[in-house]
Amino acid sequence: MVKAKNHLKSIAHEVKRKKVLFLMLLPALLFFTIFCYIPMPGAYVAFVDYNINKGIFHSQFIGLKNFEFLVKTGALWSITKNTLLYNLAFLAIGNVVQIILAIMLSEIGNKWYKKVSQSIILLPHFISMVIVGFFAYNLFNYNHGFINSFLISLGFESHDFYSDQGIWKYIIVAFKVWAGTGYGMIVYLATITGISKDIYDAASIDGAKLSQKIKFITLPLLRPTVVLLFLFGLGGILKGSFDLFYNLIGNNSVLYSQTDIIDTYVFRSLMGQFNFSLSASVGFYQSIFGLFFVLAINFIVKKIEPDNALF
Amino acid sequence: MPKHNTRKKDGSFLRLLFYIVIAFFSLICLFPFVLMIVSSFMNEKEIIAEGFKLFPKELSTSAYEFLFRNPKKLMNAYSVTILITLAGTFGGLLIMSMTGYVLSRNDFKYRNSISFFIYFTTLFSGGLVPSYILMVNYLGLKDNVLAMILPGMVSAWSIFLMRNFMKAIPDSLYESAAIDGAGDFRIYWQIFMPLATPSLATIGLFLALGYWNEWYNAMLYIQSQVKFPLQFFLQKIVTQANVQLLVQQGAVVNTSDLPSESIKMATAVMAIGPIILLYPFVQKYFVSGLTIGAVKG
Repeated sequence: MVKAKNHLKSIAHEVKRKKVLFLMLLPALLFFTIFCYIPMPGAYVAFVDYNINKGIFHSQFIGLKNFEFLVKTGALWSITKNTLLYNLAFLAIGNVVQIILAIMLSEIGNKWYKKVSQSIILLPHFISMVIVGFFAYNLFNYNHGFINSFLISLGFESHDFYSDQGIWKYIIVAFKVWAGTGYGMIVYLATITGISKDIYDAASIDGAKLSQKIKFITLPLLRPTVVLLFLFGLGGILKGSFDLFYNLIGNNSVLYSQTDIIDTYVFRSLMGQFNFSLSASVGFYQSIFGLFFVLAINFIVKKIEPDNALF
Repeated sequence: MPKHNTRKKDGSFLRLLFYIVIAFFSLICLFPFVLMIVSSFMNEKEIIAEGFKLFPKELSTSAYEFLFRNPKKLMNAYSVTILITLAGTFGGLLIMSMTGYVLSRNDFKYRNSISFFIYFTTLFSGGLVPSYILMVNYLGLKDNVLAMILPGMVSAWSIFLMRNFMKAIPDSLYESAAIDGAGDFRIYWQIFMPLATPSLATIGLFLALGYWNEWYNAMLYIQSQVKFPLQFFLQKIVTQANVQLLVQQGAVVNTSDLPSESIKMATAVMAIGPIILLYPFVQKYFVSGLTIGAVKG
């Protein structure tokens, strides 16, 4: 008791002494309190039959009913599987493309060529997924999409992409890789640029060819960065790219079985069916397992590269 | 054997391959943009008959003529986007630079606990539903422009970037200013802010880009059309498959005569126009922000 009191006293003293600094922190502290901490206990809404007039904490408690429903209907498994598989594909394919292009770009001698191509490859990162939705419409629309007009000009029939369940997983992965390559490539390029020139020069003197230098110098030295970025990517494996999926698929329910991820399900239950509790149950499940994944990954990183651990 | 000679000969075939692959991938990145711009200049009859093309038979500016004749709704969406971009970017920069400054001060006793308080929010969140209930039922932000400004204004990541940057400013600068009698806020405003310009530019760019591309919060919270930001407005045009939204109320336009397909593409071109125009000048700040690296809690 006395200890706690002393502690409070010392905080109060510190606040008084550094009044201005605390005032400068205030807006950010308010922000995180209001928009991040206050909603946290609200996750309790997953365990009640939410009644808007009674509020979250006075609505009827229903325990795990929502989770039972989600498991029984198979919805939870289906959206979890889709989220995991899509994210794995994004991570694996995305990183491979980024690494290959970063290595290639690092070997380009012409400064102008390097700068211009790097800028072009980064460009997709700057536009919103709404525009990507327009690109998809522009390319895949049944009546006048570019690909269909191309198919027809070659004498083939039009393909109805927007009711073809099987094809969207490839389109989604392609757009994701397309949009993310510039960003990842620059991160890898920075690592490659950081490798000492002396190592390459020494290898040249020993008669190493370019392919050998890439294989025996660049790739091994790039490995820690790759492992680290891949691991941190795994930490976010339950977080879906809502903006991409929503703008490509939208409310096209024909495609849901292949394209529904946790985030789109949460959104639809809330804004489409106004089922607050069901939506919150899925959200809660995502947050808890998401936290678990990050902690597990951080544990692994701590074991292999203590300097790069998050905390 | 002279060194530069070996270097030149060595792997010249491989290097050529690299040039070609990079060029090919750059073309893939550019292709959708080019197709969209060309489509916006296509003749509507040709689109209906043969679809969007990269090399149309004839070009037409009728989509843009329509947009310039009926500018009101599009201009309104533009002004909403400009408003939230300016307010959010400047507000966010002010709040996050102050926070970064305080957390970078070694004599600030609680900097580690407050850093953790901020960092924890990236690990766990209450989820969409509690935030939605808070915004609508408790903060009363349904259909309020603030609903698009506030949620994206502050991010843990940017605060730590700011803090790491300010940590690199030598303590002696702060100490000598303090001896001269400058207060904490004045030291921040007159010494740290000017020195932090590069990181302010980087984070300002991240913020501005986020606000310019904002549609998510609009979709959740905004109902009246006068408050639609540009990207949400666009999304409505493409998902509802009509360009009716662009036409002013009361204006007599026979929508069946409209070049709707090219208008859709022209509207999207108008929305990405400012980004494409500014891109060459701002991308270096973006790249420097990426390569500062090491973002830790």
